[in-house]
Amino acid sequence: MEILVCVKRVPDTAENEFELNGAGNDLDRDDLVYSVNEWDNYAVEEAIQIVDKVGGNVTVITVGDSESEEVLRREMAMGANNGILLSDDAFEGSDGKGIATILKAEIEKGKYDLILTGAQADEGAGQVGGMLAAMLDLPYASLVNKIEVSDGKIKVGREIEGGNQEMNEISLPCVLSIQTGINEPRYVGIRGIRKVASVEIPVKSASDLGLAADSIGKAGAKTKRIDYFVPDLGAGAEMLEGSTDEIIAKLIEKLKAKGGL
Amino acid sequence: MTSIIGPASYKFFGVFPAALLSFILPIIGIGCFTYIMARRIAPLVRANPDNRFDHIGKRIQNLIVIWLGQMRQPRYMLAGVLHIFIFAGFLILSVRSVSLVIIGFSDGFVFPGLGGGLGLVYNFIKDYAATFVLIACIVAAVRRGIYKPKRYAVPEKYGKDHTAEAVFVLGIISTLMISESLFEATEAAFEFQKTGETHFLAPLTLVWIFRAMLSSVSPNILQGLHIFFYYVHDLAFFFFLCFLPMGKHFHVITSIFNVFFMRVRKGNIKPVMYGISDDKLDDLTSFGVKKLEDFTWKHMLDFYSCADCGRCSDQCPANAVGRPLSPRFITIKARDLIFKNYPMSGEIYDSGKLLVQDIYTEDEIWSCTTCGACEEECPLGIEYIDKMVDLRRGMVDEGLVPQSLQKPMKALEKRGNPYGKMEKKRAEWAEEKEFSALCQVKDLDGEKADTLYFVDSITSYDDNIQNIARKTSLILKKAGVDFGILGKLEKDSGNEVLRFGEEMLYQDLKSQNMEAILETGVKHIVTSDPHAYNALKNDYKGLPPVKHISQVVAEKIRTGELDLKPCLNPEKVYVYHDPCYLGRHNGIYEDPRQALDAIEGLNRVELEKSRDRSFCCGGGGLMLFYEPEEETRMGVLRVNMAAEAGATVIVTACPFCLVNIQDAIKVAGKEGQMEALDFTELIEQHLV
Repeated sequence: MEILVCVKRVPDTAENEFELNGAGNDLDRDDLVYSVNEWDNYAVEEAIQIVDKVGGNVTVITVGDSESEEVLRREMAMGANNGILLSDDAFEGSDGKGIATILKAEIEKGKYDLILTGAQADEGAGQVGGMLAAMLDLPYASLVNKIEVSDGKIKVGREIEGGNQEMNEISLPCVLSIQTGINEPRYVGIRGIRKVASVEIPVKSASDLGLAADSIGKAGAKTKRIDYFVPDLGAGAEMLEGSTDEIIAKLIEKLKAKGGL
Repeated sequence: MTSIIGPASYKFFGVFPAALLSFILPIIGIGCFTYIMARRIAPLVRANPDNRFDHIGKRIQNLIVIWLGQMRQPRYMLAGVLHIFIFAGFLILSVRSVSLVIIGFSDGFVFPGLGGGLGLVYNFIKDYAATFVLIACIVAAVRRGIYKPKRYAVPEKYGKDHTAEAVFVLGIISTLMISESLFEATEAAFEFQKTGETHFLAPLTLVWIFRAMLSSVSPNILQGLHIFFYYVHDLAFFFFLCFLPMGKHFHVITSIFNVFFMRVRKGNIKPVMYGISDDKLDDLTSFGVKKLEDFTWKHMLDFYSCADCGRCSDQCPANAVGRPLSPRFITIKARDLIFKNYPMSGEIYDSGKLLVQDIYTEDEIWSCTTCGACEEECPLGIEYIDKMVDLRRGMVDEGLVPQSLQKPMKALEKRGNPYGKMEKKRAEWAEEKEFSALCQVKDLDGEKADTLYFVDSITSYDDNIQNIARKTSLILKKAGVDFGILGKLEKDSGNEVLRFGEEMLYQDLKSQNMEAILETGVKHIVTSDPHAYNALKNDYKGLPPVKHISQVVAEKIRTGELDLKPCLNPEKVYVYHDPCYLGRHNGIYEDPRQALDAIEGLNRVELEKSRDRSFCCGGGGLMLFYEPEEETRMGVLRVNMAAEAGATVIVTACPFCLVNIQDAIKVAGKEGQMEALDFTELIEQHLV
């Protein structure tokens, strides 16, 4: 089975302390560390496990700047066979639809049985998978937490309200967006990344993909972020301050006072 | 005929010369033994290299103290003393046994030098040796077969019980002792009957008793028994020799080698591959132990040498709290696999599976805190820490790392600390108002000082532990030490990164720290974290001398540069808990105790398990992130031990011990009755 997994390089939530920048329209990105989007990592692990079972290849693809190559290498160190970097200044400022457009252009050049994306990434919109499926005119299942592969068909599962599980049959080729928890992604260390350090990763630009300038980037974006802020404290909300121990002590006191303990 | 006919001249049925049998038996016996040993050595030849020919002086010392002197045996008194008797008896009787084999075809053979007075002395001693060995065997058999100490039990998941084998071997040893004595007693009784002379026999020995019992038996029967027991001994001897390599009694042969080649340095970890330097690691196609042959030959020898005494597991804290790890079975399972894959005849085969999926489980290997209690105890010098690290290196290389450890490892890679905190906040502990008013800590990225205080991650970032950094600084200041810190340039020491098998990440942290430290030009390094102390002292190479703060304090008290007030809480009962990486791995037992005792009126008790038998609090570094399956926490057991010792304050000298013990006091429900205190905090309170 030929599987393509779309991945994204994002600021790592575990290793950063997020603050707004001076302009108030984005994070302060100095001093941030990046890694692969957590959902995408589960998607790649799932793809590798499927290929281990039924054979085939896993290709990882990303839209980003030259530094995004790092996440492709990490996923290749996990076991993905190929990487493709879609990079062009013209891609900058793309919205979800723009990203899906860029991905679609490359995906059409290959022949993939299964296309996976993470359920969402750092911006939390969760829209690329669905748009991509629509543009490719392929069946789509979102928030997939279970995949069973059998001849020519696959079954995919999704957790629904109340912890119930549903299973759906879906024909190939198709697009799935993958939920965390579907598996336990393997560990990739520095050694693994070094092993794939010299593997060539093709870089493709807008012209390689034959993309019209007005369909992507800022020009093609139909949505635009206009503000980015920490919400004001509402009535009844209170931030506890102090050391961890002090915060805990205050919290216990409050819970007791309100009859919560 | 006045003297009995020995086996060399005896003829069966008057025609068949017994000497021929005496000659053939050893040839068959030695032939079989040689074949068996060749099969047993096969896996060692295929194993990875191991450099065990260094520190020859220390190795000879180990041989004298641990092998010949059996110094580790009395740590378990009854079993140990029994073993010393059997071991000493074996050594003494080995001469006799070999000469007996030769007597089979050469009447009255004695080794050169044992013919005269020395021979009489030897005979006197060996008769008592045989007697004591027999008594020891009987006591041991009763103990193993009837009393069955818990230590020897084999939990169902680890295979079948080994008592039958143990008792069987005790039976063979007893047979050797009895047949040797009867061989000699029949001759003495025969001589008495023929000549009426009794030559001297050591009183109350087996020979002496048997001679008395046989004094009225007819010479013909004595002649028959003489020859019969000779061959009983001969057969038992060669059977025993060939039986030894089949199981746990292989140690009779391998122990001398195993002790000679045992670990001589402490606190260090073996390289990924002997003969491959750190900068060539990228050339290796595989890391660590994945299959049997990836172990080094010494580690394979360890598997052969295990006597199954269970002392390692009896001391193992992971085993005590019900984690799925028992060091004894790390060895036994590997030995069983060697025996299976390298059979006595037929093809040698490879099971093709990863060891952690075949005989071990991943959780079993992650359960070890590398506290070293097992290695400290093993009378045969079997090691475990390097094996655990090698197995973990194999798992890391295969991506088999639990999710709970992946996050901190990734954070270490990106930020140099397992919490994923920003580098620039590493020195924030020094900015606390009250502290910075008393003490300004130099940042050696710019400023100069004589001594580097290496803080390490937990002490830099953990709200609760940062206090240790501040107390350490105040002590250093008071003691007149000119010191500074690396600040944002400091990375995690990587003590646990190395021990959790993430070699390349460790190499990365090490080289960043080495570069930053050497850049400062400091002449001394001090740390308050035993794990950092161990890494900098034993794993890094080429740094200025490293000291733990307890060593500095003890030294400054001795020189009079530090003075301590009388105890502020003389009503409290203090107990010192030895951190594994300060005590067992680095031998620092006395300095912290001397420092505590320098506080006048401080009431200090000792834990029963202390110094080299200290009980791990639960482990440090990455172990804090690991979520083991266990019935209780190591810290809880430790707190209960301290309570039993009558202590109300547990003093430790390690930030991880402090975390674990503080938590354990809460879990054990002893809040208010007991408290945990770091060494630096106690000392700082008592600075004049």
